[in-house]
Amino acid sequence: MMSNGYRTGLTALALGLGLSALAVPAMAQVKIAFIDPLSGAMAPIGEHGVKHFQHMIEKINAAGGVNGQKMELLTYDNKLSPQETVIAAQKAIDAGARVLTLGNGSGAAAAMIDFVNKHNERNPGKEVVYLNYAAVDPAFTNDKCSYWHFRWDAHSDIKMQALTSYIKTQPGIKKIYLINQDYSFGQAVRKAANEMLKAKRPDIQIVGDELHPLAKITDFAPYIAKIKASGADTVITGNWGSDISLLLKASADAGLQVNYYTYYAGGAGGPTSVKQTGLKDKVFQITEGLANINTKENFAWEEDFRKKSAGHGWWYPRVRNEMDMLAKAMNEAKSNDPKVFVEKLRGMKYKDIYGKDTYMRAEDHQFFQNIYISALTPMAGDMKFDEENTGWGWKLTATVPMGETDVPTSCKMAKPS
Amino acid sequence: MLELVIFSTLNGVLYGMLLFLLASGLTLIFSMMGVLNFAHASFYMLGAYFGFQISQWLDFWVALFVAPVCVGLVGAAVERWGLRTVHKWGHVPELLFTFGLAFVIEEMVQMIWGKLPVDYRVPRLLDFPAFELFGTTYPAFRMFMLLISVAIFLVLLMILTRSRIGLIIQAALTHPNMVAMLGHNVPKVFMMVFGFGSGLAGLAGVIAGPALVTQPSMAHVLGPILFVVVVFGGLGSLPGAFIASLMIGLIQTFAIAINYSIGDLLSTVGMARPVQGMLSDLWQVTVAQVGPVVPYLMLVLILIFRPTGLMGTRES
Repeated sequence: MMSNGYRTGLTALALGLGLSALAVPAMAQVKIAFIDPLSGAMAPIGEHGVKHFQHMIEKINAAGGVNGQKMELLTYDNKLSPQETVIAAQKAIDAGARVLTLGNGSGAAAAMIDFVNKHNERNPGKEVVYLNYAAVDPAFTNDKCSYWHFRWDAHSDIKMQALTSYIKTQPGIKKIYLINQDYSFGQAVRKAANEMLKAKRPDIQIVGDELHPLAKITDFAPYIAKIKASGADTVITGNWGSDISLLLKASADAGLQVNYYTYYAGGAGGPTSVKQTGLKDKVFQITEGLANINTKENFAWEEDFRKKSAGHGWWYPRVRNEMDMLAKAMNEAKSNDPKVFVEKLRGMKYKDIYGKDTYMRAEDHQFFQNIYISALTPMAGDMKFDEENTGWGWKLTATVPMGETDVPTSCKMAKPS
Repeated sequence: MLELVIFSTLNGVLYGMLLFLLASGLTLIFSMMGVLNFAHASFYMLGAYFGFQISQWLDFWVALFVAPVCVGLVGAAVERWGLRTVHKWGHVPELLFTFGLAFVIEEMVQMIWGKLPVDYRVPRLLDFPAFELFGTTYPAFRMFMLLISVAIFLVLLMILTRSRIGLIIQAALTHPNMVAMLGHNVPKVFMMVFGFGSGLAGLAGVIAGPALVTQPSMAHVLGPILFVVVVFGGLGSLPGAFIASLMIGLIQTFAIAINYSIGDLLSTVGMARPVQGMLSDLWQVTVAQVGPVVPYLMLVLILIFRPTGLMGTRES
């Protein structure tokens, strides 16, 4: 995303100084450090993340906090850069935080895991823990797994496992075109799609396997011409940010009516462009939850949050899971020390907002939950929430139960002594 | 196959013409003042946002005429009260000034219109497929963009080569002192050219906004490629910029359509494709993947072998 690092860098500097000054110490004693891009092209996503964590911390504090203490959020801007992430993490630790959370960008997340491992080795008795709410590179809970890292989002292989399980039940899908961004995440999506489709639906033909530069394309029309020429009926893409909106827009212009299975069509600006394109019931998203799952608790939660965030939805059901489970672990362990409560998080069972069972796998610290496939469509039936005031919302298409996405792990976790 | 060739040509020409609209203003400014205007793509973004705002209040067709004028006025003001003051200290401060200006414009756009893309739509009158070929439609709005760009190119060419103003501008490019001696107000000419160049960028923004996505990062996606066009075509050369724009548009678009890699080439002549070892990835990289980098490669090569660019005449 950060092709022009210098540009983002300078703006970020100005903003970052302002933002970290905002973290005024209150009555709180348990500090949670939120580190994510709060400037540059990814800023809307980071800022919306802050609102999620603030909301959760308000709820936890209203319910009495943890071990009689209140939680407090410190926010840091990492400008989506691994170096800045490490600097921010050090600052957060100096400010007294022992729980660090970071989501966007697998590059930043990798740097964070590395940093936390080293920090804990060098500072016994002052261990910190990294809670990952969005970076989905599968390596983090496989080869690069760490005792001090926990992930609540389903990683990209799990999502692909869920998607291919669904595709297995759709005989109409015959020719698939893959288009992804040319970096670690896009390549992981492409690799998993190739392998899993071959295993589950060998009859499906993969008619295209495209990688394009990240956030550099101004017009996707040439790619659409290629997809059209390939005769594909379905496109699978991990694209996010402007790359997904431009892709969908170009598709509508060319009158290309294929199904899109996406990871991130729901991101900032995504639904607006799907609506503009008129791709009704054609754009799907694979997520761990959505606003329109009809349970009383979920609807009430969504409504409450939208009031506070100018109509923007609860994008990350996983933030609720993460913070709830953190509070639970701290309370059960009767300690706010990572070294003690981490043991409670490992293997923890939890009921999510939809009333479903979920758990944190102890072997690799990967969270498992139902995965949902939904389509963007005009509001109808029991749908309650639209996106970005478009009058279109996500409608549940399929639920892939937790058991079907149990991908094996190669993690060999060394438990620190 | 034929289908892909036709659509790639259309898309390539369209992208090239859009680049030309932006580059023509930039190349004029560049050659006159010796300043690489880093904020040029920001004027393009301003054009898109002004176009969006005016079409919200009034109508797209009003925006088409009013928004570029507004951007042009902003540009002229920037030259008059910004660049001209900074000019005293030489080229580097000028360059830094435009560099800073790009950030300021981006921040202001974010403050006024927010960080999310805005809902800037194709006008209803042009919201239909122009024609259908092999089952793929080509939107009327894209044809409209193409026609506008071609028309602007012709008008620009006429003004520069056939009119009195063009004569003065051309002369000011190469012999500013002589033109001043003859009684022309050179600083005023500079201001007009800067304003006009910005206005052209604004016009590109107004027509590209609905077709692409109008968002605060749109400037820095197009920024770097503009410099390639200007340098490749040759400083101050309008035909050079035109040829470079079209070349880059077509090369990028056609590259995307080509799926072959060096490995494929080797296997067609009967050699085994290396799958192991340090460089194994290199053989798998397709032309499509490197397509977007090709213009920058062209930039490097032209700087080495023909520093003045394709049709440039002046050294600096």
